[in-house]
Amino acid sequence: MALEAGKQAPHFTLNSTPDQKVSLTELRGRRVILAFYPADWSPVCSDQLPIYSELLPEFRRYGAEIMGISVDGVWCHAAFAKHRNLRFPLLADFEPKGEVARAYEVYRKKDGFSERALFVIDREGIIRWSYVSPIGINPGADGILEALESMEAKKS
Amino acid sequence: MSLKPPVGPQDHVQGNPEAPIELVEYGDFECPFCGQAYYSVKALQAALGDDLRFAFRNFPLAQAHPHALPAAQAAEAAGLQGRFWEMHDVLFEHQDMLDQPNLFGFAAALGLDMERFGRDFASPEVAAKIRADFLSGARSGVNGTPTFFVNGERYDGSWAPQDFIAALSSLAGGVAVPP
Repeated sequence: MALEAGKQAPHFTLNSTPDQKVSLTELRGRRVILAFYPADWSPVCSDQLPIYSELLPEFRRYGAEIMGISVDGVWCHAAFAKHRNLRFPLLADFEPKGEVARAYEVYRKKDGFSERALFVIDREGIIRWSYVSPIGINPGADGILEALESMEAKKS
Repeated sequence: MSLKPPVGPQDHVQGNPEAPIELVEYGDFECPFCGQAYYSVKALQAALGDDLRFAFRNFPLAQAHPHALPAAQAAEAAGLQGRFWEMHDVLFEHQDMLDQPNLFGFAAALGLDMERFGRDFASPEVAAKIRADFLSGARSGVNGTPTFFVNGERYDGSWAPQDFIAALSSLAGGVAVPP
């Protein structure tokens, strides 16, 4: 059940667009928010991600980058991001399918997609907060903001 | 999931200040669900009368709804002339007419001082108020629009009029019954 606070965040390199990759190690020195979600276009995801988009200035104030991750492919992500006007990367955990979700222990094997799970990772690549939401429930952003605030207080 | 900060002087509040039930909505004037919820809240206010007070906070999903932010600015600017609720109602009743000429048209129809409205509409203070509402919502666990809080706790039940009235009137009953 989802990697917990204190664990090293598993490394990954995933496509964010057809010709761009994002690698967790490149983000060392920044705080990182990973938002695993089941699928582009699902009603709950369509509510959840726009809230994060509105909060980008707030996340940046804490030196944090947010990324969405689902098993959808890059073209699907591109269409979804354009339709919802999302301003942060959506990573394609597409091939091998769900490999990164498995590494973070949030893959739902019987469904073939990930849990709705949030991870906040510190500047050294250590998970400082994680949360798995019931699949049909949008977790909002309060837990992320609280985690960032407490990390800021501890300078982690 | 509780409301942070509690309802205070910064808020737009309708109804009996001593009411046993306090309903807070985080809403977006362009969101179609908020448009439906507007009529649910009206039904609730009619059913509960003095047992209910209602506050509205802005939660514009500006990148998804291009008119949400200007509409919130219009409501707040009207609020600075004591006419927030009239503008709130007009906006929810005309969700397909939220472009800027219409927003200014609504303000003129309400008889607002247009010079002041234009200044307030674009002012940093109004922008800051809307942002503060949004951030308080994010902190309080708002996870979509509309999100309601009843007596400070997030309400995850149905807000279809009959369900909403049933859920909240049971609360009013609970408060009224002596221990």
